Amino acid sequence: MSDTVIDSGAGTKTGPLLRVENLRKLYPVSKSLFREAHDFVHAVDDISFEIAPGESLGLVGESGCGKSTTGRMLTKLTDATSGQILLDDEGEMIDIAHIQRSDMRRFRRRVQMIFQDPFESLNPRRTVYDTVAESLTVQRIGSVQEREERVAALLHHVGLTPPESFLFRYPHELSGGQRQRVAIARALVIDPTFLVADEPTSMLDVSIRISIMDLMLKLAAEFNVSYLYITHDLAVARYMCDRIAVMYLGKIVEIGPTEELLANPRHPYTRALLSAVPVPDPGFKRERVDIKGGISKALNPPPVCRFLERCPKATDQCRTNDHPGFDDLGNGHFVACYNL
Amino acid sequence: MANTLQIESRGGRAGTPLLEVQNLVMHYGTKEGDVSAVEDVTFTLNNGEAIGLVGESGCGKTSIALTLLRLLPDNSVIKSGDVRLDGESLLELDEEQMRRRRWRDVSMVFQGAMNSWNPVYRIGDQIREALRLHWPETLTYQEETDRIAALFELVGLNPLTMERYPHEFSGGMRQRAVIAMALSCNPKVIIADEPTTALDVIVQDQILRELKKIQQELGMSIIYISHDIAVIAEVTERLGVMYAGKLVELGSTIDVFHRPKHPYSYLLLKSTPSITGPRRKLAPLEGEPPNLIQPPSGCRFHPRCPFVIEQCIEQEPQLTTVADGHAVACWNWQEVPEIGGLQK
Repeated sequence: MSDTVIDSGAGTKTGPLLRVENLRKLYPVSKSLFREAHDFVHAVDDISFEIAPGESLGLVGESGCGKSTTGRMLTKLTDATSGQILLDDEGEMIDIAHIQRSDMRRFRRRVQMIFQDPFESLNPRRTVYDTVAESLTVQRIGSVQEREERVAALLHHVGLTPPESFLFRYPHELSGGQRQRVAIARALVIDPTFLVADEPTSMLDVSIRISIMDLMLKLAAEFNVSYLYITHDLAVARYMCDRIAVMYLGKIVEIGPTEELLANPRHPYTRALLSAVPVPDPGFKRERVDIKGGISKALNPPPVCRFLERCPKATDQCRTNDHPGFDDLGNGHFVACYNL
Repeated sequence: MANTLQIESRGGRAGTPLLEVQNLVMHYGTKEGDVSAVEDVTFTLNNGEAIGLVGESGCGKTSIALTLLRLLPDNSVIKSGDVRLDGESLLELDEEQMRRRRWRDVSMVFQGAMNSWNPVYRIGDQIREALRLHWPETLTYQEETDRIAALFELVGLNPLTMERYPHEFSGGMRQRAVIAMALSCNPKVIIADEPTTALDVIVQDQILRELKKIQQELGMSIIYISHDIAVIAEVTERLGVMYAGKLVELGSTIDVFHRPKHPYSYLLLKSTPSITGPRRKLAPLEGEPPNLIQPPSGCRFHPRCPFVIEQCIEQEPQLTTVADGHAVACWNWQEVPEIGGLQK
């Protein structure tokens, strides 16, 4: 397998904020209750990437490609099967994948998550204040009064003004957009350095979506947070992210700076994916790239390119060799394909 | 019905009016008060035409679909207006007459319809049931099977798969089968409410292409309902934009996209990200959609509208034709700039 460590391409003098190396997650599929599993779904299969401080990386792909599993491993909501997740904690790289229980609180201070569904990710019995202040309480930061001030300041930052009129409201009294603002305030209240956002705007209406996306961009700059932005929507990824990584069946098949990747996609899957995105202009004629069949499950995948079955360009080399490693195309653009 | 293998649209000559919605007003009664969900909506679907209704959640687009099918919940009241299919009012039919029109005359493809298959029956048998209930004559088992095979081929499914159960189909295949079922009785019109919303982008593209091909080959009349203007741009010829229960703009798809006349349509287009064209700053729409129990005075969009003038606050604008086949409900439409496509 390729050992290439993917450079963030941002030409950073300091090291990366996050470095993921050979990360894997296998889910056992058990045929019966008492037998040990011999079959595994390779949800995330040996992926490596880096994220620079303040950078946002978009992780795109179809459902079942492993993008959400990756996000859950980075936030430690799911344990990795193998591999390393190294996070910069004040100059020291700590391995999240093998973190001690006693270090969890320190880790949660650095990494937070924003979920897709603002109707389900907020506790209906807690007020906005309770929800946002909880991490401060858990982290034992500040006095009660300082916490109140901090929460009010954050509500102001996320556009819930005046904060006093929102502090003691319950989620059912808020609209979808306002709830997502609360979720963003909750994630940012303890000054994390890294946020995983899993489809944070896909449940929202178009008109509200842009204001939430603009808010996240603004806060990323203000608080100097890095994002892993998980989305199925390439147009949203283009708006939000400095770089995009395309996943297919547990593998990153292409990664590069956003505009470069969109203008010059090299992997056959990226091309097919881009050509399938509907364009909001009836006068625009898209180029069609046809690929065969539909996405399958990565259940005990054979040791060949994951995209082989559907690839219109497959050759004998693809049928006999392992899943390809990354080719460096320059400018931080990497592709995993034998036929460039 | 001579040929049971013929899949066609039973509508009339292309270009003549098929479905007419006239001044429709529909409210929902709630504890807090009447929700004005559809307010004075008028449009016509011609034979062989694909039109779209776009708008955000709560704008009334699905309420219109449910009214056309008479599938509204109990707390809904049709206050006034009419829905005519081939000149006959659908609102005056009794429940039994309407039941016979559904599937036969007006069929539907709903959002997430792919999850509405009964898991314990074979897909083919579920379409067979629709044929038995709604096909005008009694068919033999073999005739039914042949027709289902023809439907499967039309939507790009292998006819042999009709023996399979829903769980053996992928999401895209199930949605194709839903389309086959919608076509099973040669309807006059299909209402497709968010037909691809739950699907992945590559599958969505395949299904939309299939629908468009079928629509053009059969001369089928389709109403597409979606929140996604990019999807609507792909498959429709004409387009209505809805906001807060009102139809605010109606015109050819290319006109509405390139030369929007209503500020809401303009802002909706300006706030839609795209992967083509230059990377541009998107303009957010300020504020939130209004409460429809007490809708804003005058134009319902005026509290969020950057082009607002005094007249908008007091007087409600009516849908007025301002260019060839292009109507808008706005007092200040002349101020709305052209967009002229993505490349500009």
